[in-house]
Formats: sequence, structure tokens, C-alpha cells
Amino acid sequence: MKEFLLGKLSLKALPHEWSTIGATMTFLVGALVLVLLITRLKRWKWLWNEWLTSVDPKKIGIMYFIVATFMLLRGGLDAVMIWLQQALSSGASNGYLSAAHFQQIFTAHGNIMVFFVAMGFMFGLINYVVPLQIGARDLASPFLNTLGFWLYVAGAIMINLFFVLGGEYAATGWLAVAPLSGTQFSPGVGVDYLIWSLQISGIGTTLGGINFVMTILKMRAPGMTLRKMPMFTWASLCSMVMVVTVFPILTVTLFLLFFDRYLGMHFFTTDLGGNAMMYTNLIWMWGHPEVYILMLPAFGIYSEVVSTFSGKRIASYTSQVLGMIGVSTLALLVWLHHFFTMGAGANVNAFFGIMTTVIAIPTAVLVFNWIATMYKGRIRFKTPMLWFLGFISVFSFGGLAGLLLAVPPANFQLHNSLFLVAHFHTMVIGGVLFGIFAGITYWFPKVTGFKLNERIGRYAFWGWIIGFCMAFIPLYVLGFMGATRRLDHYDSSTGWQPLFILALIGGIIISVAVVLQIIQIIASVIQKRQLADTTGDPWYGRTLEWATPSPPPFYNFATIPTVTARDAYWEIKRHGGLPKPKYEDIHMPKNTAYGIYVSAFAFLAGFAFVWHINWLAIVGIIGAIVCVIIRTFDEHVEYTITADEVEKIESKMRKKNLAADGQGEEMGLWDFVKIVITFIADIFRKKLWRRI
Amino acid sequence: MAQNIASHHEAEANDRVLFGFWIYLMTDLLMFAVLFATYAVLRDSTAGGPSDRELFRLPLAFTGTLLLLTSSFTCGIGMIAARQYKKFQTLLWFGITFLLGLAFLTLEVVEFRELIHEGHTWQSSAWLSSFFSLVGTHGLHIISGLLWMAVCMVFIVKRGLNSSMIRKLTLLSLFWHFLDIVWIFIFTIVYLMAFV
Amino acid sequence: MSSEPHNTSTHTEAERGTLGSYVVGFILSLLFTVIPYYLVTKKTLSGQALLITIIGFAVLQLIIQMVFFLHLGREPKPRWNLLFFVSTLGIILIVVLGSLWIMTHLNYNISPLEMNNELIKDEGIYRE
Repeated sequence: MKEFLLGKLSLKALPHEWSTIGATMTFLVGALVLVLLITRLKRWKWLWNEWLTSVDPKKIGIMYFIVATFMLLRGGLDAVMIWLQQALSSGASNGYLSAAHFQQIFTAHGNIMVFFVAMGFMFGLINYVVPLQIGARDLASPFLNTLGFWLYVAGAIMINLFFVLGGEYAATGWLAVAPLSGTQFSPGVGVDYLIWSLQISGIGTTLGGINFVMTILKMRAPGMTLRKMPMFTWASLCSMVMVVTVFPILTVTLFLLFFDRYLGMHFFTTDLGGNAMMYTNLIWMWGHPEVYILMLPAFGIYSEVVSTFSGKRIASYTSQVLGMIGVSTLALLVWLHHFFTMGAGANVNAFFGIMTTVIAIPTAVLVFNWIATMYKGRIRFKTPMLWFLGFISVFSFGGLAGLLLAVPPANFQLHNSLFLVAHFHTMVIGGVLFGIFAGITYWFPKVTGFKLNERIGRYAFWGWIIGFCMAFIPLYVLGFMGATRRLDHYDSSTGWQPLFILALIGGIIISVAVVLQIIQIIASVIQKRQLADTTGDPWYGRTLEWATPSPPPFYNFATIPTVTARDAYWEIKRHGGLPKPKYEDIHMPKNTAYGIYVSAFAFLAGFAFVWHINWLAIVGIIGAIVCVIIRTFDEHVEYTITADEVEKIESKMRKKNLAADGQGEEMGLWDFVKIVITFIADIFRKKLWRRI
Repeated sequence: MAQNIASHHEAEANDRVLFGFWIYLMTDLLMFAVLFATYAVLRDSTAGGPSDRELFRLPLAFTGTLLLLTSSFTCGIGMIAARQYKKFQTLLWFGITFLLGLAFLTLEVVEFRELIHEGHTWQSSAWLSSFFSLVGTHGLHIISGLLWMAVCMVFIVKRGLNSSMIRKLTLLSLFWHFLDIVWIFIFTIVYLMAFV
Repeated sequence: MSSEPHNTSTHTEAERGTLGSYVVGFILSLLFTVIPYYLVTKKTLSGQALLITIIGFAVLQLIIQMVFFLHLGREPKPRWNLLFFVSTLGIILIVVLGSLWIMTHLNYNISPLEMNNELIKDEGIYRE
């Protein structure tokens, strides 16, 4: 009876190790503080109505940022633990982590960074910026948007839940390769948590991909042909088409692994005909395009940033677009380069090696385009531009490493070595993460209405790039010296320890840089009057999002602009600015809680699958289906704002903007420290705790 | 004037929804492609057990194929009736489609039960795992389609046949046609090819 | 247009199915199902030829159903549906054929020499 009700769940699943107890306590305390704060401020209804059930892509974008930031800190903590272990664990010392723990940490680190940090930030940016860039008011399907977000959140909760129930995560590496991920070698619930957190958020991603493709292809402002779209929109289109193409592969592959584990099937087992190598084949068929899915929006961000801060349009629009389409197409033809050593023979390896080398060509076209855009431009070295310059130097170096790895004979030496680890971190940090930072610092004023502190931003940038080089150049060297990846311990006779210590120092510098970024945000909030963006166009931008106030009203544009050329807003400015607005009725989608409900049921089903609680799985699936039916048969999902109401909102915004400041010097790091000390002193002097 | 803007707005929205659903169908096609690829790779992994040639009953599969094909046709007729706002005919033709789909499903359940009864389950070998997964996934899609059809028919009776219902039926018919197309390939690659 | 508020809302003229197109599609599909079935059961052809024929009929039926049931290619430009469908077909080919190519070759270096003719040919190994 107990087994029927609870499946494999029992009291043993509750935390009983220092790490799981500590994490659970942290979550509980954090949640408690949050609940108390919201209750004290009486903001529950506001939170529900204004944010959680919102279908406004701007609000959903911000929510993505918040969750992704939390996951960045979580994944970063994993990284620090890895650095520490590898610096300490040489020869006689075994570090402070057991081998089992270490394996779970690097697995979680990979999953979190790829699925919840990079995807989260990218979806946040695309949600916020693309509708503004194409002159739309919302995405094609507001419901799918909120559903996709909450499925992402369900996945994020799932991947953290193992601390509270189960106590173990997958110890298989981030892609859970078979047969190690099968029941025989991973009998616990760790791999199941991996499968279901990835599966649920993956389905959210697929729905988001469909939504964005629909939106970009069908909801552009009048006059905006495909060849007049901004670069970030083009990049997002290519990326989302790839999402729609390859995420189904991930969905099925994870289902097949799940079938092996839950239903005793034999796709990837070592017996009864299973072929574990098919798992590797399928998972990388998804996995390689995935990294380009992350990379392309970053390329789009760089195009926007370079163009704006060089004061020039992009050097060659057509070759930029063709380059992005080229990268997207070729990305589907190279996946075997992740397993040259699996032994498919020279012919197969040669084909994929050549295709991998070829994909460098469209990438180079993009890089040269950016550099050509800078040529003879009036360059302003604002923080977003710094991130771009950091990217160009770091990414090119890592790309060359990739070209080396693309050669099968060289790959046989370097496969799964630290050289590989250094290469892909260069790509993901130097390419994707720097792009995210460039995008955040670029569009921050649009989202919040005030710019970020430039001084502290510069310090953060230099911290990141110095820290990154210190952390990862030793890894390239270690790879050549024969160090494999995922080592929790190594012989002291290898002479590797000094390099691992260097890497740890680099990691510490990066951590300092992250702290500086947090300080940057707080300092900017403190000084938001001085840093205010009063015009909506703080960078002298070229694309339509800068034609709106900062932040934009919930309907984005009172009147949808007509587009006549590329760099639509630049063109509008050249011809004397936006025309006098002609107010008309606007149809907006209503908020909906069904995104939350469906995701909650999906979460329950996933949880049930992890713990083999069959009845709960059925409840979850049926619940999700019923909610979808209720929502899709609801015919009253829109509301109208009359032209008069629009006019009132617009004039209120104009008045608010005129009152903002926009002058004054921004604070430096030392100023911030002084403010913090004064604040803490004030708490004690004025006994502020009595006010709570 | 307002009527025109409203119907233009609705036409655009319809166009978008149809396009979005089309993209979803493409992702579904890709999922089946992965299942097909897996089936093709694992087709000979019978772990010493009987092969497809020995286990399949081609006449049963053939009958099912004809039933599903006919249901795809009657679905199309139903759509013609729906667009002409003929409520009774729509219900009639979609009702027939539903019954044909149900018959197809029954045959499939019979086939599965027989295999399981004889001890050939999805746990017996990699090939059987991929057979049950591929054909089973198609069956699950059929069940979803039948459920969707039933819900639509209930709502047509309750709310009548308005443009929103017609849009839902259009999506359903796209889904149903697409399921028959996938079945062509299952019938060819799984069943017919076993006997080549 | 404004006198017929119903007709404009669901589909353009070209995309709607006519009874004719469904009937033709149905009959052709029936044909393309029955013929391969009898070719296989009556063993009229065999081996490679039969394989190519039944796959050919499946592809033909796919096209028939796409055109007559799903009205592909009859939408107004830009023909996004057609474009997405053709690209999906391409990717399906990559997925299926790519997987088959890779997976069958994984035995390349580990099969016993007697069984691996391809290796022998590639490496130019001469047998006594």
C-alpha cells in the first residue's frame, strides 16, 4: 500500500548529509524570508496579477532574468567547488569532496549553465527585445509564452529538488550518456531528476521556439520585410528555427532513456540488444545545434552593439544574414565531432571533420563583418562595447582551438581532455555569456529607465576577462600535458597542481567580478535619478526598440510605426522623428494563470516519474490536459483599451519623463563602499530593526 | 468598417494559429523521425528471439491502414461541411471519423495484447522496445486526436458551430491527416519491410 | 467582403479543400496502399527491387496526401508552410540516414576481418 502511494519515496529520501542539509536549509530560509517580505509589504495580489500571471513578454523577460540569475549563482557555486577540489586534490590529498559528490557537481554545473542560465537569459532578452524591434505588441501566442516560462521554472525547481528529496543528482556528466545513465549503473533517482528537469524545461523551450518563429515571420510592422529586420531579430529567428528543429530530438532521446529506466526497455542497455552508442549519436545530434542555438542570439547582440557604438550600420547586412543562416544550417551536419573516438571509421570521421572545419567559414564572415563595421566608425567605449571587444579576442582564440579539435587525428589525442573543456568554456563564456552581459548592459536602460553604472561596469568587465584567462589558459596547457576532464584527483608526479592553482585564482577573480556586477546593479539603483534615461534612446540607437519610452508602456507602441528601411529608427530620426501619434483602440491579451496550472501538473507528473508514483503521474498528465482544454476553449482571452485611454497613458508617461534628472556624476567603487558602511552604521544608530 | 477590422484581425489571428500549429506538426514529425531512426538501427537486435517476419500479422496491419486512411478522408469531408456551417453534417462525418479511428486503435490494442500474451514485451529485446515505442507513440497520438475530436463535438453541440470552433476543427483535421501520413511510413517500414 | 462576414475568417479560397480533391486523394492513396501490400504478400518482386518500390509508393502517397488532404503548396506567398515542410523533410533525412550511416560504421574497426568487406576494400588489404 505504501509502495502504491509513495513509489520509491521514503523517509530515507530526506536530507541526511552536510551538503543536502545545508542546501535544504538555505532554500527554506530563503523562501521564508521571501514569503515574510511579500506578506509584510502586502504584495501577494500585486505579485499574482501584475507578474506571475502576466502574458506581457516584457514582464516574462524580466522574470526569466531573475530565475536565470539565481541559477547563474547556483551554477557558479558548483564551478567554485570544482576549482577548489582540483586545486587541492593532488597526490596524498583527496581534496574535500568525495568522488561521487564531485561527479554530481560537474553534472549539475553543466545542466544548470546550459539549460537554465544561458537559455534563460537568451529567452529573457528575446522576449523583451524582439517584439519591440519588429514593432509588435506581443508574441503570436501569449499563452504559449507564459506556459513556456513556467515550464522552465518547473524544470529549475526540479533540478534543485534533489537536495530536499533524494539527496543525489546524476553522476554521469551533463548529457547523461548511456549505459552509465541506465538503471544498472545509476540505480538512484539522480538521473531521473536530470531527465525530468531537462524534459520539462525542454518542452517549454520548444513551445517558445514555435512562438518566436510565428511572431517574427507573421507579426512584423508594416513595411518591415525580412531584409529590413534588425540583426538581433534575424539571429533570434535562426536560433528559434534551430530550436524547433532539434529540441524534438532531445525530447525523444530523453524519453527513450526514461523508457529504459521506468519501463525496463532496452534501447541503451548493455544486454538484450541495446545499443548505448545510439544514445551518444542522438544526444549529440541535439547537443551540437544546441550550442549554436545559444550562440546565435549572442551574435545578434554583438551586431547591434557594434553597429550602435561605432555609429555605423553593419558593414554588410546580406553577408551577415547569410553567415547566420549558414551557421544554422551547417550546425546540423557536424554532430559526430563530439565522438570521433567512438570508432565510426575514417570515412565517417573525415566527413564530419571537414564539415566542422567548414562551419568556421560563415563564423569568420560574421567576425570580419563586425570588425569592418568598426572600421572608420566613431567608436564609443561604453560597457556593452567592451564586452564585445572582450568577446572578439577571447572567442577567436577558442575558435582556433575548436578548429584543432575538428581534425580527427588531433581529436584522438585531445578528446575529453582539459583542452576540450577550455575550448568549450571559451566559446560559452567568451561567446554566449559575454554576449548576455553585453545585451544586459545595452538594453538595461530600456527595461528599467536608467543606465547602469559605467565605472563599476568597467571594473567588472576587466575582472571577468582577466579572471577568465587565468582560469582557462592553464586548462589548455593541462590538456596538452595529458590531463583528462572530470578528474577529482591526480598524481602529484604529473606536475599539474600549480596550473590548477592558477585556475583557482582565476576563478576567484571571476567571483570578484560577479560581486562587482551585483554592486553595479545596486549602485545604479541607488543613483537611478542621475542615471535616468529621459529620451528612450540613451545610446543613439538605430532600431525600433529605442523609439519607445524607457520603460515602454505595456502595449509597446501607441501607434505601430511604418518601416521604410533597415535600421528603422535611424531612418525615422533622419526624417525628423516619429510622426504625431494617431491613437486607436488596442487589443491586448488578458493575463492567465493557466500557464502556472499546466506547469504545476507537468511538475507533478515529472516528480511522479522520478519516484515511480504511478497514480500521481496519471493525475499530473490528466490535470495538464484538462487545463489545456479549458484554456483553449476559453473564447474571452482579449480585452480592449480605447484610444482615449491610450492617449491618457501616453501623456502621463511624457510628464513623468520630464521630471527625471539625468545629470550628475556616477559613483565609483569606493563611494559604494562608503554608502554601505553608512547604511550599516545607520541601522544600528537609528535602531532601524524596530521598524520591521 | 469596425466589422471589417474585426474580421481582418480575426483572419490574421487564424493565419497565425494555423501556421504555429503547422510548425508544431513539423516538430512532431521530427520526433517520429528519431523513433524511426532508432527502429531502423535496432531492427535486427532481437536478442535471439523471433524476428518481425515471424511475429507480425500483415493482414491485421493492412486492415488498420485502410481504416485509418478512410478516417482521414471522412475527416476531410467533415471539414467541408464545417466550413459551410452545416452543423449536423459536421457532427456526422466527424463521428464516423471517430469510430473509424477507434476501430483502428482497437486493432492495434488487439495486436499488442497478443504479442504481450505470447511473452514478447517491450522488455524482451531492443527491437521490441523500439517497435512498441514507435507504434505506441503513434497510438498515443491517435488517442489524443480522438479525445480532441470528442471534446470538439461536445462543444459544437453546446455552443454551436462558430468561427472559433471551425478553427479548432481545422487544426484537428491537420493533426489527423498528419497522423495518417506518419502511419503510411510505419506500415511501410515496420510492417511491409519485415516481409521483404 | 463586408456583406459576407462569415467567409473571410477561416481560410483563403485557394486553401480550402473541395470534395473533388479529397475524393481523388482518397482513391489514389487507397491504390498506393493496396499495390505495395499485394506486391509484398504475393511476392511478385523481391529483395532490393521490392524495397525500393514500396518506399517509392510510400513517398508517392505522402505527396498525394500532402497535396490533396493538407493542401500544401496552394497557400498564398510567402509559402512558409511549404518551406518548413521541405526543410523538415531534409532534416528527417539527415537524422535517419545520418544515424544509419554512423551506427552501421561503428563496427568498422572492431568486426572480425572476415566479415568486414568494407574495411578490406578501404585499407587495400590483400588476402591470400
